[in-house]
Amino acid sequence: MGSKKERKVIIIDQNDKNPWWWLLNKGFGALFLCISLFALLVRLAVSLHPYSGAGNPPKFGDFEAQRHWMEITTNLPVKEWYHNSTANDLSYWGLDYPPLTAYQSYVHGIFLKSFLPESVSLFTSRGHESYLGKLLMRWTVLSSDILVFLPAVFYFALSYSASRPRRHQSDVAWLVAMILLNPCLIVIDHGHFQFVLTHQVYVIFQFNCISLGLTIGAVAAIISSRELVACALFTLALSHKQMSAYFAPAFFSHLLGRCLKRRNPFLEVSKLALVVIGTFAVVWWPYLHSKEAFLEVLARLAPFERGIYEDYVANFWCTTSILIKWKKLFDNQSLRLISLVATVSTCLPSMVQQIKDPSNKGFLYALLNSSFSFYLFSFQVHEKSILLPLLPASLLALEEPLVFRWLTHFGLFSMFPLLCRDRLVLAYIALLSLFYLLFYAPRKKDSGKIRSFITFKLLVMSLLVFCSFVLHVVYMVMNPPKRYPFLFEAIIMSVCFSQFVWLALYTNTKQWLLHKQPTSLEKDKKLR
Amino acid sequence: MEDQPPKPIKELIWFSLISTSIKLLLLPSYHSTDFEVHRNWLAITNSLPLSHWYSDTTSPWTLDYPPFFAYFELFLSLFAAKIDPTIVNLHEGLNYKADSVVYFQRITVIVFDFVLHYAIYRITRKLDSTKRRLIWVLVIWSPALLIVDHMHFQYNGFLLGLLLISISALMEGRDLMGGFFFAVLLCFKHLFAVAAPVYFVYLLRHYCRGGLIKGFGRLLMMGLAVVVVFAAAFGPFVYHDQMLQVIHRMFPFGRGLCHAFWAPNFWVFYIMADKLLAFFLRRVGFNVHRPTGSFTSGLVGDSSPFAVLPQVTPLMTFMMVLLAISPCLIKAWKNPRPRKIARWIAYAYSCGFVFGWHVHEKATLHFLIPLAINAVDSINDARHYFLVSIVSCYSLFPLLFESREYPIKVTLLLLHCILMWFGFSIFSESIPTNSKKDLQKKNDELRAEEDQGISEKGSLGIGWIYKSYLLGLVAVELWGQFLHPFILGNKLPFLPLMLVSVYSAFGIMYSWIWQLKWIILYS
Repeated sequence: MGSKKERKVIIIDQNDKNPWWWLLNKGFGALFLCISLFALLVRLAVSLHPYSGAGNPPKFGDFEAQRHWMEITTNLPVKEWYHNSTANDLSYWGLDYPPLTAYQSYVHGIFLKSFLPESVSLFTSRGHESYLGKLLMRWTVLSSDILVFLPAVFYFALSYSASRPRRHQSDVAWLVAMILLNPCLIVIDHGHFQFVLTHQVYVIFQFNCISLGLTIGAVAAIISSRELVACALFTLALSHKQMSAYFAPAFFSHLLGRCLKRRNPFLEVSKLALVVIGTFAVVWWPYLHSKEAFLEVLARLAPFERGIYEDYVANFWCTTSILIKWKKLFDNQSLRLISLVATVSTCLPSMVQQIKDPSNKGFLYALLNSSFSFYLFSFQVHEKSILLPLLPASLLALEEPLVFRWLTHFGLFSMFPLLCRDRLVLAYIALLSLFYLLFYAPRKKDSGKIRSFITFKLLVMSLLVFCSFVLHVVYMVMNPPKRYPFLFEAIIMSVCFSQFVWLALYTNTKQWLLHKQPTSLEKDKKLR
Repeated sequence: MEDQPPKPIKELIWFSLISTSIKLLLLPSYHSTDFEVHRNWLAITNSLPLSHWYSDTTSPWTLDYPPFFAYFELFLSLFAAKIDPTIVNLHEGLNYKADSVVYFQRITVIVFDFVLHYAIYRITRKLDSTKRRLIWVLVIWSPALLIVDHMHFQYNGFLLGLLLISISALMEGRDLMGGFFFAVLLCFKHLFAVAAPVYFVYLLRHYCRGGLIKGFGRLLMMGLAVVVVFAAAFGPFVYHDQMLQVIHRMFPFGRGLCHAFWAPNFWVFYIMADKLLAFFLRRVGFNVHRPTGSFTSGLVGDSSPFAVLPQVTPLMTFMMVLLAISPCLIKAWKNPRPRKIARWIAYAYSCGFVFGWHVHEKATLHFLIPLAINAVDSINDARHYFLVSIVSCYSLFPLLFESREYPIKVTLLLLHCILMWFGFSIFSESIPTNSKKDLQKKNDELRAEEDQGISEKGSLGIGWIYKSYLLGLVAVELWGQFLHPFILGNKLPFLPLMLVSVYSAFGIMYSWIWQLKWIILYS
C-alpha cells in the first residue's frame, strides 16, 4: 500500500525533517506512478463492495443501464441508438447521454462481447449479472480511469507546476493525491454504479472519470495556454455528459476574456468557435443528417418532464421546499424558467470577473463558482452532481485546503443516505478516513497558514463536524418518527446545503478579491 | 517548533491507520476455508466445555492450534455471541456466510494487527527517522501480510507481533521478557517452535551467565517463566486428561510432505529430481514402478510417493532442519550478541521453511517479517530483502486464485516493489556514513547530482542476475495467466502452479544460502 508519496516535503538536505524525501528525489514521473498505483489499488478494493440494484428486477440499476447501452450500441446501427423501436425500448434504460457516451459504450460493449457474448446479446441479456460479466464491467470503468483520468491529471500536474515554479514538488504530489483519491469520485464510479428508487429512475453517473478527465485535460490546456486544445477537450467532455455544462460559463468567460485582451479579438474568438463547432460536428455526425434525428437525441438529453428536484438533494430548490412548496406554486414550465434565471444570475458575477480580468487562478475559482451555481440552482440536480463542484475544488486544494476539505466532507455526507441504501457504508467510512489521513499526512510544515484561523471559527467548524458525525450515527441507528419518515434526510440535506452556500459565497468573494491581491503585493514591494 | 519532525508515535499511527483503511476496503474480498476454520473454533470454544475442545468433530476443521489460541478464540467468541449468536452455534453456524460474521472476523484481525504495529514501534523507536520509516513501510504495509491475513484470512499479524515483541526485548537486553513472550507465542501457534533452539542457546549463553551460581539462578528464573506459561496453557487440559488428544491434534503427521500447493522450498527440487530421474531411467529401459501415493496427501507408511529417490520421513526433515540451523547455534553459543538475534531467528525460520515437513507457503511470513528489521542495515541487506520479499509475496499469489482479486494482488506487489526500490536506493547513498553531518553532505551531493539528472548512483544497483531472475518471475506469471490457457487450453492444469513453485523456490533457496553465508562470515 503505498500512498505515501503524496506528502509534501522537501528539499533533500532537510531529509531528517521531511518524512518523504526518499520518495521524492526520484523525479515527478516516478512519484506520480506511485500515487496512481495506490489510487488504483483503492479503486480496485472499492469495486469489491456491492453495487446497488444488484439482483433487483425488473429495472435493476445504473449497472444495468450501462450494460444495456453496451447491448444496444453493439447490436443496433448508430442511427437507431436514440430512436424508440421494438429493438430499442427507450423506456427501459434508453440512452440519455450525448453520443460520446454511446461510442464509449460501443467500445466497451465490443470488449465484453469478445469475452462473454451473452452478456450483451440483444433482449436476452437483460439483468445479466454473472461473476465474469460484473468483473468485466468493473474493468471497463477501471480502464477508462487509467486511460483518461490519470493522463489528464498528469497533464494538469505538469502544467500546474510549470505555472508555479516556486511550488515544491512535494506540494504537487500532495495535490495529485488529493485529486486522484477523492473519495466522492471513487465511491460513485467504482462503488455505486447504479441506483434505483421505487418511483423514479435516476440518471447514472458512473464513468464520470471520462468526462471529468476530459475537463481536467481542458483545464490543464488552459493553464498552459493552449486554448484550441482546451476547446476541443471541453467539447468532448460536453459530448460525453451534458453535466459538463456546469463548467461551461467559466470556460466561456475565461476564453472570451483572454481573447478580448489580444490584438484581434474577433479572429481569436472565431478560431475557438471553429474548433468547438468542428469537434461537435465530428462527434455528432451520425445525427446531423436530419433535423429530426438531431432533435430526437436532444430530447433524450434534457429530461424536462421530470420535476425540479427529486429525492433529497442539498440544493436551493429542494431545501427551501421545506418552507415553500415550489412544485405547487408554479407549474413545471415556469419553474424551468425560474431555475434558469437563478442559475445564470448567480454565476454571472464570476463570469464578469473572468471576462474583465482572466487569470489562471481566477479561472479555477470561476470553475468552482459556476458549478456551484448550477448545483444549487439548476433544474433536476442529483446528489451525485456534487462531483462537479468538487473537481475544481480539488484542483484548488493547494490554494484553498480548507474549502476543499470542507466541501469533500459535506459533499460526501450529502451522499450518505444514498450510499447507505447501497450498503456502501463500510467503503464510505474507509474512504473518508483515508481522505483525512492523506490530507493530514505527516509532512514538513512549510508554514502554519493552514491552521491560522480565529478560535471562534475553529469552534464552529469542530461543532459542525461533530454534528455531521452524530447525524451519521443517528441515520444508521435510529428509525425516523412515523410522521416524518424522511426527517433525517431532510436534516442532512439542510446542513449540507447551508455549508455549500457558505462555501459558494466565500469562493465568489475570493474570486473577486483576486485582482486586488497583486496591488497589495506591489505595495509590499514599494514598502521594502 | 516549526522544523520539528513529527513525533514517531504520531507517524506510526498514521502509517497503521492508512493500512487499516485499506484493510477495511478489502473486507468483502475472497476468504479461504481458514475463515470457516476460525469461525468453527469460535463456536467450539464458546459452546463446549474445555474438556471437549480438542475432541470435537462436528466440523472437519478441528481445533489444531495450542491452547492459548483456543482461549483467544474463546475471548473473541464472547463478543461474537453478542453480535450474532449464530456465529458461535456449533451446528447452525456451519459455513455461515452472513455479513455479521464476515465483518466480525475480519475486524478482529484488523484490530489485533495493532500488536504487530506496537511491536515494530518498539523495535524501531531508537533508529534514525528514515530507517524507521522504511521498516514501517516494509512491515506495516507488507503486501504479503495483507494477502494472507486480510484476504486469505489468518491471524499472522497478531502472532508475528508477539514474535517481534519478544525479539525487541532480546535486542534491548531484556532476556527474561523475550523468553517469556516467546513461550507465550509457542502456546499460541506451535509452528513458531522452529526458532526454539536458537532461543534456547542464546538465552542459555546470554542470560544465564555471570558465574555458576548466578547463571544457575537465572536459568531457574527463565525455566520458571516458561513453565508458568506452559502450565497456564496446558494445565487445564492435563487436569481433564486431554493432553494426548491435544498433542495428537497439534501434530498431524498424517499429512504429506508437501501442501496441496508446493511451498517453494527444498523439497520441490527433491520431487522434481525424482520425477526427472524416473523419466530418464524409464527411457533407458529400467523398470521403474509408478508411485501410487501422492506427495500432498500420501500418508506416512504408505508406499513411497517417490519412484527413485528414498522416502522422506518427518524425522528426516526434522534432522535436516536442525542441521541447517546448527551453524547459527554455534555462533550463538560462541558469541551471543543482541544485535544479531533478529537475523538468527529469521534464519531459523528460513531453515524451517526450506526443509520442514508439510510446509505451507504462508510460512514465508515467519522469516519475511523478522528479516525486515535488518533490511535497512546495509546495501547488501537491502538487496537481499528486495529479492526475497518479492519472491515470497509472489509465491503467495496462488492463495488468491479468483479473477476478482487478481488485479489487487498484482497492484499490491507492484506498489511494494516501487516503494522498496525508492526507499532502498536512496538509502544506499547514506549507508557508508552514519553520522548526521556526513549524511547531510551526502545529500548535498545527491542534490547536485540530481540537478544534472543523474540519479543512478543512488539506485539499488542490483546485478543482472537479480534482474533477469525478476524478469523471469514476470514471464512465469504471464505464462501461467495468459499464455498457458491459450496455448495448452485445459491440458496440464498443474503446470502453471508448479512453475510458480519451482521458480520461487530458486529465490527462496538463494535467500537461505545468503543468510547462511552472512551468519558464517559476519556473526
